[in-house]
Amino acid sequence: MEILKESGQREVFCGLTSIVWLHRRMPDAFFLVVGSRTCAHLIQSAAGVMIFAEPRFGTAILGERDLAGMADANEELDRVVTDLLGRRPEIRTLFLVGSCPSEVIKLDLAKAAERLNNQLQGRVRVVNYSGSGIETTFTQGEDNALSALVPLLPATEAPQLLLVGTLADGVEERFLTLFERLGIGPVASLPPRRSTELPAVGANTKVLLTQPFLGTTARALQARGAELLSSPYPLGVEGSRRWFEAAAAAFGVTPLHCASILNPLAERGRAAVEPHRRELEGKRLFLLPDSQMELALGRFLHRECGMELVEVGTPYLDRQLQEQELALLPADLQLSEGQHVEQQLERVRASRPDLVVCGMGLANPLEAEGIATKWSIELVFSPIHGCDQAGDLAELFARPLRRRTALAFA
Amino acid sequence: MELTLWTYEGPPHVGAMRIAASMEGVHYVLHAPQGDTYADLLFTMIERRDQRPPVTYTTFQARDLGGDTAELVKRSIADAVDRFQPQALLVGESCTAELIQDQPGALAQGMGLELPVVNLELPAYSKKENWGAAETLYQLIRGLLKHQMPEAGSSKADPARWRQEGRRPRVNLLGPSLLGFRCRDDIREVRLLLEELGIDTHVVAPLGATPADLLRIPEADANVCLYPEVAESSCRWLERQFGMAMVTSVPIGIAATQRFRQELQQVLQLDAIPEVADASRMPWYSRSVDSTYLTGKRVFIFADATHAIAAARIASAELGFKVVGLGSYSREQARAVRAAAQELGLEALISDNYLEVEAAMAAAAPELVLGTQMERHSAKRLGIPCAVISAPLHVQDVPARYAPQMGWEGANVIFDSWVHPLMMGLEEHLIGMFRHDFEFVEGHMSHKGEKPPAPTDTNEAIEAAAAASGIAEAEVLSWTDSGRAELGRIPFFVRGKVKRNTETYAQERGIHAITDEVLYEAKAHFSR
Repeated sequence: MEILKESGQREVFCGLTSIVWLHRRMPDAFFLVVGSRTCAHLIQSAAGVMIFAEPRFGTAILGERDLAGMADANEELDRVVTDLLGRRPEIRTLFLVGSCPSEVIKLDLAKAAERLNNQLQGRVRVVNYSGSGIETTFTQGEDNALSALVPLLPATEAPQLLLVGTLADGVEERFLTLFERLGIGPVASLPPRRSTELPAVGANTKVLLTQPFLGTTARALQARGAELLSSPYPLGVEGSRRWFEAAAAAFGVTPLHCASILNPLAERGRAAVEPHRRELEGKRLFLLPDSQMELALGRFLHRECGMELVEVGTPYLDRQLQEQELALLPADLQLSEGQHVEQQLERVRASRPDLVVCGMGLANPLEAEGIATKWSIELVFSPIHGCDQAGDLAELFARPLRRRTALAFA
Repeated sequence: MELTLWTYEGPPHVGAMRIAASMEGVHYVLHAPQGDTYADLLFTMIERRDQRPPVTYTTFQARDLGGDTAELVKRSIADAVDRFQPQALLVGESCTAELIQDQPGALAQGMGLELPVVNLELPAYSKKENWGAAETLYQLIRGLLKHQMPEAGSSKADPARWRQEGRRPRVNLLGPSLLGFRCRDDIREVRLLLEELGIDTHVVAPLGATPADLLRIPEADANVCLYPEVAESSCRWLERQFGMAMVTSVPIGIAATQRFRQELQQVLQLDAIPEVADASRMPWYSRSVDSTYLTGKRVFIFADATHAIAAARIASAELGFKVVGLGSYSREQARAVRAAAQELGLEALISDNYLEVEAAMAAAAPELVLGTQMERHSAKRLGIPCAVISAPLHVQDVPARYAPQMGWEGANVIFDSWVHPLMMGLEEHLIGMFRHDFEFVEGHMSHKGEKPPAPTDTNEAIEAAAAASGIAEAEVLSWTDSGRAELGRIPFFVRGKVKRNTETYAQERGIHAITDEVLYEAKAHFSR
């Protein structure tokens, strides 16, 4: 497979953006970005709606006094944290999130977390990670947040399955039911729903990633003795099935029992995809780099929905984590890593795809050029994992095409 | 260091983007890390623009920092000029790039480019979006017009020179920009106002202007400063350097529109202002008997300075509301807001902390909130109707229909959009009041097809309102069933206030159990 490596202007969110879904997963955690007004504005704009009285994320905005050294940034941070926790007594875990400015001025948030942990004496646990745009893209923020939790996980020698990566609560519950039916258990999740109920990890822990962007976390868990199961990601019927099968094999579930549980699900999933397949089949798809889910989505849309892949872009390629996805993609796939947005848009225009998956900054301009788009951000907010969601996932891509044929102004 | 949860304004480079994206033929090279490209969606999603903002980001990464980021800046500038062929180039940096001090503006100026290059220095750690927009417009106008500047001591341009030149008077409209509130429609409406007076609209900037248009600014007889947040520094500079007269009335509301016309007459020495019969329906709508119920409605206003000041005057004088709170996040314009508040016997709230604004809103117990999207959410939580009158915006604040705020039609739009939420509030109250009638019992639907509110709503709403207003339930106080039931009958938009008054009354008298009778005693006490 030929890989086009590009560097130039990127049109990708930074890792801070993943706070938008992480804070919903752990309602007893607060994410405090130490950064600038730009960071605050980014999260607010990416979140789109401001419906929370007081959100469980915020920004400690560095001011001139902090930069000029007139105020001790550490003392200032302690003050902000004390005020915040005073007002939000329900917070059990505080994530100090590094940003571009805090990285550049080398504000040591690890030290700050250590200091605050001493001061707070266990009332609130303080954890730090970086979501800065000079080091992370979009979903890497979740990877960094979860890998910061790994050293805090208690040790266990008990056999267990550990699901890693944020899932919609409903999808997670469904998965737990299915694992139970398969006879796999106990099953724990990282991140947990309550930040204080961290799962344990150890030599008999088998890790199954729900998302393809958790490389650092996976390797940190491996370093704690866990075994990383290799599988395609649970998007679409095929990916979800192979994902459950990977767990089943690791837990010694017989193929016969596995098939008896998964066959009806797969059949129902394929039936749900079918009407959308009819709309998507033979259509040409261009995925711009965004969430790291591009390979898995491309695989689903190609193999299960019959779409032709013009180009699949990814912000970076983690070969270890994407091994199984790469194996399922066509050998002549045009895969691009990194981004030069202008050159990439030229390729989009030249190839005239039927559908482009891209970020919100590019969607309307491409629509105005007559190219149908699907905003990628929806894919990190919507429940799309598992056989039961395969139809919904296909529908997300079929809808823009269906809408275009439905509209008429003449 | 300052804790911020939601923010009214973005960083100053977003202000610069607003100017660049508003104009044609301008390109902005921004030295910034990759995440900063989020700002594109403000234009493509909120403003629903059909093109990307004309911005090239250097999107440097950590690994670039060890190397030559200055080279990256120069490469990005050369590529952008080559690809987009702009007539003028803005070069600047975002917060992170400011720290690494590559000085992209100076680098650009050293590249020998054959187009005007404006070096934007927008201090990201002390300034905000509107300041950045104003500074960018000012630097761009100054940079383009510096060769035309009259010599010091030369005579001031006469705003009435159109007479000698045998032409119609003409003015520039400065300030309308993307992500401003209803600027697109205000321009059209102000053009109509000028046409009524026989005045030509010369240059409109930044929205829709090219750098070549900015070069024509001095040809006009005066500058209309439509949005001081964005245009005041430019208008002042043009006044100082080119002697151009400046019109400062902002025509939002009937009286303000009249003042705007009068100021134009004075400045341009027009013969007379033609009366326009029935220019706006708003005065009649406000006088009509149906509007009687608007009398004395308590209104809380928080917005940018331009819209907050205008709203306060319209609300008090033209709609007969009682303004119970007035404030703005525009610190640069705080003086004008304070003066407007003083006229109404209020102290202005100047703050960019939405929690402080929400607390002031709850304390004022208004029946209507006029604010930004931030206040819309606060008002929703407090159960108070709200109309959005200013940026920051959401996509629904950029309507498809023609909906100006300025001029005669703007006054019509304001009447409708402020009165409508009050009507909806009233309707909700009536539905609540009649919900025990048989039409509303379980199984029956209201005309909106919604389920009748569950009876538990009342208590929850009371508690939510109390929690939102920061009222802690006093330990010694308790509401009896009769008290609670009576409180539930109070319209939701004054319920919080009644509850608080009643509790204060009870506390002062050492009453522990609040019955319906206590509520009515308190009501009588406070209405005295």
